[in-house]
Amino acid sequence: MFAVVGTVPVEDFPLIFGPVTLAGEKLVIENRTVDINRGTPALLATAAQVCDFFGIPQPIAYLVGDIGKGSGSRKLYAYLEKTLSGENYTSLTFHYIQPDVDWHNRVLFSVHGMDICPVLIADAGFMYAAKMSGQAHAYDLFTPDIGELAFLADAAAPHPFYTRGFIFHDETRVAEMVEQAYAHKNAARYLLVKGEKDVLASAVGIIESISEPMIPSLEAIGGTGDILTGMAAAFTGMGKNIRTACLYASKISRLAGEMTQPDPGTQVIEIIKQIPMVLERFFSAST
Amino acid sequence: MPRFFGKKKPRHPKKVRGASADRGILVFEHTGDVIRAEMILKKSGRSIRVMGPPPEILTGCDLVIEFPLIEELEILRTLQAEDILPLKAVPVNGPLLKPVDIFYTKDYGQFLMVRAANMKITVNKNTLTVVNISGGGCPDVPYLATEMVGKHLDTAPSPRSIGHTLCGYALQLAYEEIIRKCSQ
Repeated sequence: MFAVVGTVPVEDFPLIFGPVTLAGEKLVIENRTVDINRGTPALLATAAQVCDFFGIPQPIAYLVGDIGKGSGSRKLYAYLEKTLSGENYTSLTFHYIQPDVDWHNRVLFSVHGMDICPVLIADAGFMYAAKMSGQAHAYDLFTPDIGELAFLADAAAPHPFYTRGFIFHDETRVAEMVEQAYAHKNAARYLLVKGEKDVLASAVGIIESISEPMIPSLEAIGGTGDILTGMAAAFTGMGKNIRTACLYASKISRLAGEMTQPDPGTQVIEIIKQIPMVLERFFSAST
Repeated sequence: MPRFFGKKKPRHPKKVRGASADRGILVFEHTGDVIRAEMILKKSGRSIRVMGPPPEILTGCDLVIEFPLIEELEILRTLQAEDILPLKAVPVNGPLLKPVDIFYTKDYGQFLMVRAANMKITVNKNTLTVVNISGGGCPDVPYLATEMVGKHLDTAPSPRSIGHTLCGYALQLAYEEIIRKCSQ
């Protein structure tokens, strides 16, 4: 069983913990429905479809409403600090949440109290907090895009907004930025860099690049990175090793993108709808 | 004609100042307060800049307002009138972090995408409708997308008016840049 932590963009959405299911174009959790636009709901919708396909238990979600004011995130941090050490997950993915170093450290301390440490994945705001805390090495996987990789490579930046100009957000310099991120101890055990080419890297450098199918429009579509992270969460949650999980995640996400025939105005829900068919094709072709 | 087909404004100050004895910073509890205070002070003609905080007060998703120390009283009075007060106003002792000022643009033909830091905004060039917002990691990003996508650039709420975090602020810069590009 694996879990995902994040927020929904509805201010009065209460803190909810439980398995999520899909009902049409909505997520259902504890009798509440959530729109799947982008962000954590898109990640969860993806992971839930992988679970459906393999007939495994649905992901456990820790969700709260937050529109950027941070109060929902703080409630969630406090709940995690209190409860995580008593839980047992194969993978645990942290996603959209207000970055806060102090709260991050308290939650990580609680994770370290779990009987068996899950595969730890951080993306979005929680990845920013993990980097700032100086404890990036405690994580198994970060899933930055190119702008976020530049932030990890910049020892001084506390947020991607302050990444210094000499660290170019340039896809041709991924190897250099990966090296810098590891040199400054700002990277997890693995990095899956989302971009025109997805790049899987570790402290030894680039392990693999996945560039096919190449769909340039995907970069503009909000939520495509959440699909990739959702796949990685689900596959590591099923017990796949991180390398295999990331390769599956990248290839399947790209195929779903291709099948949608998107333009930069396509909404991510259209890609998410293709996932069951792509899983069918991908796994029947590889068996 | 949309309001932004007007005169061009310089995007950023040409010269970046380092630490200076005549400058101070206003520290607020929330990034959303900084964004509001910036709007109020710029409207009242103050020479201020939004910057990153010095390391000793850095907590996470932070911004501060740099201001001329000599104007402290008047600035505080202006903010008080709008019911928004900083936690503290202190002199600048060292260099401040400078927000990103490099933009990346991708032209897809019918669509145009602009990225600032970790935030991307895409518009349909023919209709000037915001069609996608992507990137970012703070929780107001999905909220901003919900509020802005599908709306004309002229009627969509600006990230500055409804955003609360650094990601929201980065999106504001991308939004201003895409308006500038669309007006060329």
